[in-house]
Parts: sequence; structure tokens; C-alpha cells
Amino acid sequence: MSETTLNDIPQLRRGFRLQWEPAQNCHVLLYPEGMVKLNDSAAAILGQVDGDRSIAAIVAALRERFPKAEDIETDVLEFLEVARERSWIELH
Amino acid sequence: MSGPGSSCIEPGPPLWLLAELTYRCPLQCPYCSNPLDFARHGEELSTAQWIEVFRQARELGAAQLGFSGGEPLVRQDLTELIRAARGMGYYTNLITSGIGLSEARIAEFAAAGLDHIQVSFQAADEEVNNLLAGSDKAFAQKLAMARAVKAHGYPMVLNFVTHRHNIDHIERIIELCLELEADFVELATCQFYGWAELNRAGLLPTRAQLERAERITNEWREKLAARKHPCKLIFVTPDYYEERPKACMGGWGSLFLDIAPDGTALPCHSAKMLPVQFPNVREHSLRHIWFDSFGFNRFRGDDWLPEPCRSCDEKDRDFGGCRCQAFLLTGDAEATDPVCGKSAHHGLILDARRQAEEAPRGLDELVQRNVRASQIICKG
Ligand code: SF4
Ligand code: SF4
Repeated sequence: MSETTLNDIPQLRRGFRLQWEPAQNCHVLLYPEGMVKLNDSAAAILGQVDGDRSIAAIVAALRERFPKAEDIETDVLEFLEVARERSWIELH
Repeated sequence: MSGPGSSCIEPGPPLWLLAELTYRCPLQCPYCSNPLDFARHGEELSTAQWIEVFRQARELGAAQLGFSGGEPLVRQDLTELIRAARGMGYYTNLITSGIGLSEARIAEFAAAGLDHIQVSFQAADEEVNNLLAGSDKAFAQKLAMARAVKAHGYPMVLNFVTHRHNIDHIERIIELCLELEADFVELATCQFYGWAELNRAGLLPTRAQLERAERITNEWREKLAARKHPCKLIFVTPDYYEERPKACMGGWGSLFLDIAPDGTALPCHSAKMLPVQFPNVREHSLRHIWFDSFGFNRFRGDDWLPEPCRSCDEKDRDFGGCRCQAFLLTGDAEATDPVCGKSAHHGLILDARRQAEEAPRGLDELVQRNVRASQIICKG
């Protein structure tokens, strides 16, 4: 029942912060009294989320950065759908 | 490295730092987790000492910082502490009863970079709330402050400590939280340390009360999910109705570092009651405290575990349970947590459940947490 589309503009919810943590050697998403470690692709996608760019623009930017990767569009849509379900992001 | 079953691996970083800035508090909750003898504790750390603690913990890898107490708002240097911590890259959480908060302070904290405010409530009903908090004006102030927190754009966690005298109003509590636009709601049955242990017979709900509350919470979760509502409900059951204990703090000295108002470093905010010598940040670096001190290594890993835990195949999951609970109930800090059905002392838990059914204590019989009671209870 995925409703996420390429035209949507994702934005991190207020109170959520993406940050590099040297001690954990990874990016984490920080939020009220919680923290999740992100894998590289999740961090790369969330790093593009700025409340301005549409999902289509994010896919394009990631294609440029990782020209060899396949199925970037599917990965981005799937990940952002999960992120929305967990209320990390809002879609506009 | 020693033989099989040992766990002599370097512990990971203390990802969570809890700064208990003070034990001073204008409220008197009968389930307060502060030590019973809080009135006898030493001098609070200074502003500079706290900032140095934040710096050292951040260097070790701490990313979440909670300002708590007591009531942290009592500290006049709170804004300065927030600003310093946020500047180091912490995610900063203020855990408050809302008493002492004002619009002006909320705005000041926002400017200093505070990330989130958690307001704790005693009940969804003015009368019960005020009775529990030992204050007539508490409830109205809390509502006003919860609204102000949202008006300033903060994410907000509302925390309700539930127990036998308010858990039947769970529906009203959830509705109130939604009205106040909470982003997260913690419905946590009080855990029995500190003042709550003293008042256990008056606080522990019955199993029927608990099951009803959990069912209602689940129904609300479904409603919220169907509406794509972002509010998350977190329901914490008391271990007294479990057959297996919780892994206390995710394992002794594995994630969590608590600094008491006087600078004592603890693996958990209630650990001060244990017959264990804990280090103080006035005397040692946090690196030494976390990796090398006696206190933080006392129950780390599973080498110290007695039977039946030692030969139990679930020990990786709960590490034998909570040390404070084991000590409070059995007098032996190394014992298996009596919550576990395999513990020889599990009968104590069954007795407490029975007491909750048959001989509970009323709301008016609870001992309130205040300096006078602290001095009477803890002489010497
Ligand atoms: S639990 Fe109640 S009495 Fe204890 S510190 Fe918190 S607000 Fe104060
Ligand atoms: S016996 Fe010990 S290790 Fe096994 S489940 Fe019980 S508390 Fe946990």
C-alpha cells in the first residue's frame, strides 16, 4: 500500500537529527530519548533529505554519486516508505 | 581472554549519559526513584564540573544526554549547561515535572539548542495528580507547560507513571496526551526502587488492571496507525508480572552512564543502593571510571553470575536481571533477580502479586518523597 511517490518532498521530522558518530563509526539518527544506527545507504539517502528536494531529485543526486549502483529509485522509495512509517520523516 | 562463556571483551562506549543535576524537587511523588536518603547527599557539582563531565563523556562516545534530577529546573545554570552540551553535539533531553518552567525559560532553552522536553504527569485527573505530586497547583501548571512546549515547536514526550491508583484511567490519559499533541507517550508502570519500593503495596496494580490497560493501549495504537497519526504509545509493564527479568540498562556498564548530583558515577540511577563502591568524577576521569573502575566492572558480562543463571541458556538475554531488584528483595546483590521463575526467591514476587489482589494500600497511605521523610527513614 505504498503511497510514496517521486513527487513527494520528504523532510526529517522536527526533533530528528542525522549525525556522524565517530565512536560508533556510523551515522545515527537521533530523536527524543532514542537513537538508531544507520547503514551506509540509509545514511546516504537521509543525508539528501532537506525538506526542499523531491524524491525524484534525491534519486537523481544519488545516481550521480553512485553511478554503478542499480535500482536506486526502488531503494530510495522503499527506504523512505519505512522512514515514514516509523515517523522519522514527513512527506509534503 | 579466558575460557568459554566468559565475556572479557572491551565494553562499548557509554552512548547514554544521564546527568542527575540535583535531588532538589518541589514535588513529592511517592514512586520517586531517587535514593531514600537523598537528603543526606553531598554537594552538587558546579557548572564547570558538569561541563567537564559532558566533554569527557562525549569523547567516549555518548550521544544522548538527559538532564534530570530531582527537578533539573531548580538549577539556575541549566541554560548554560544545555548550550555547552548542544555545542558538543549531544542530543539534549530535558526531563522535567514542568514545575518551575515558564514560557520565557522554554524560549531560552530553545535558543540554547535544547532538542526535546519530556514532561511527566502523575495522573490525567487533577485531584489524583495533585495528591500524588503533593502539590495543589501542579496539574494546571503541567498542562500549561505541555502546551507551551508544543507551541515552541519542540518534540514532546509525555510520561505517565502508572500504578494501581491511576491505571484504570488509561483511556483518559491517552486522550489527554493526544489533546496536548504529544509525539511520544510513555505509559510506564512504576518500577520498585527508591520510594516506590517503600510504597509498593500501595502502587502495584493487579494483573487484571494491567491487562486491561495494555489492551486499551493496543486498541489506541491501532486507531492511531489507521489514521497515520505520528504519536507513538510506549507501554512498559512492571517486571513483577513477568516470568523473566529485564536486561537491566541493556547490561551493566554497557550503554548507560549516570552521574548523581554529587558526582558519583553509576551504571544505573538506582545503583547507589548497592553495597558497591562507586567512583566519583571529582576524583577520576570518565575513561577510567567506565573502563577500569571496580564499580563499573562489578557486574559486567557474565563471569560473576551465580547459579541458576550461570548454566542458563538465556543469560545472554537478561544477564541475570536487575541487581538493585535482586538486592532489595533478597539482600544479596549477586542473586538471580527474583522476577525470574527459576529464582529460588520467586515466591517473593508471587507474594507481592497476591498482596496487590488481597491487601493493597490506599492512596492516603503512601509515604511522600520529601526531605523530612528522607531524614526519618535514613537516620545515621
Ligand atoms: S519523581 Fe516526583 S518527586 Fe521524584 S524527582 Fe521526579 S517529580 Fe520530583
Ligand atoms: S536463570 Fe538467570 S539467566 Fe536464566 S532467565 Fe533467569 S535470570 Fe535470566
